[in-house]
Amino acid sequence: MAANLANTIGVWMAVFFTLAILSFLYKDNPFYKLAEYVYVGLSAGYWLIYVMFFDVKPMIVDKFLQEQGFERYIIIFPAFLGALMLCRMIPRIAYVSRVAIAFTMGISAGLGVTGAIHGMILPQVKATMLPLNDINNVIMLVGVISTVVYFYFSREHKGAFGVAAKVGIIFVMISFGAAFGYTVMARISLLIGRAYFLFHDWLGII
Amino acid sequence: MKQRIPIAISFITGIIIIVAFYFPNGPLGDIEQRTLVWFAVVAGISMVVGVESLLRVNLMKVARRRPGWGFSLILLASCILTLVTATIGQIKYGSPFHVDSPFMYVFSYMVVPLQATMFAVLAFFIASAAYRAFRARNLAATLLLLSAVLVMLGRVPIGETIWKGFPQISDWIMNVPQIGAKRGIMIGAYLGAAATSIRIILGIERSYIS
Repeated sequence: MAANLANTIGVWMAVFFTLAILSFLYKDNPFYKLAEYVYVGLSAGYWLIYVMFFDVKPMIVDKFLQEQGFERYIIIFPAFLGALMLCRMIPRIAYVSRVAIAFTMGISAGLGVTGAIHGMILPQVKATMLPLNDINNVIMLVGVISTVVYFYFSREHKGAFGVAAKVGIIFVMISFGAAFGYTVMARISLLIGRAYFLFHDWLGII
Repeated sequence: MKQRIPIAISFITGIIIIVAFYFPNGPLGDIEQRTLVWFAVVAGISMVVGVESLLRVNLMKVARRRPGWGFSLILLASCILTLVTATIGQIKYGSPFHVDSPFMYVFSYMVVPLQATMFAVLAFFIASAAYRAFRARNLAATLLLLSAVLVMLGRVPIGETIWKGFPQISDWIMNVPQIGAKRGIMIGAYLGAAATSIRIILGIERSYIS
């Protein structure tokens, strides 16, 4: 009984927020603003709990309780870095957080070099090295080279370089168009999902 | 000093990660694994700083009764609601993410519909933007229009009903010219990312400590 009531209240709340967001299609209004602020507040709280529960807790608290000796006490170091990061909230000692930021930036930069070159650039170049016995492979190779040329702005797009850049823009436009088509379809499917919720879960007419 | 120490830390950690890549089985490999876990922890804790900043800005707005303070109060209440329900879920069920936890109730009946509708509404704005951008005024706009229409027609049942060739054309666009351009963009973007990373490690790029 209580579960049914909670479910009914939940559906009505979901309906209210769905209609409040959809009301923005008419014009900006207080109902939309209310839903927008509720969404921001809930999302901030949700992701904070998510990160604490699935990231910080297992890697710091649980590990500290499970491990022994050196493995146990080395965990204090990332916790200390985390504490330094929290110093950003206190303006007088906010500069201390630079140590933690520098640490994360250093790791990101290190991964940026190895990850970008080994994980992305080389595999993409390797995948482009195809035998040119198929028209599709030729088109793909032309597409990759001309797109790279188009995004190379250190040289003026003139002559043969300019022609290659013009071919590049053709491929870029086709790619953006395809990506757009995909995005529209994803959004429309979400819209259908919300309409189904309103007409099925709430009104029960379909 | 306030700048030199962070730059030195970035340099050392960046170099360790790069060198460890070439010696994955030695002690450096172990350090790399550890630093990656530490990175995840620090990045996770930095979320607290972000949420605190959001709450502080809205709290100030409420305290000073600035225009729209009522909405800021709603934002604060919503955030507190998730924290309270998560605490109840932790105490009562051992986890806020337990299926019966009030935290998951808030997620299912508030966060999910709000998020889904917010993105669904974008369909209308995308359509109106498309009307402005897709008018076939030149070759580039015409290609954009054709490519988008063909991909959409090829991926919906009505497209196949109109003409059986639409799905094949859509697949060809996605697998050949689209992949070609995407690969070119990715190669360019990651070359830029690698160059920026090297600038950070060498201390040329310092905007993150300003």
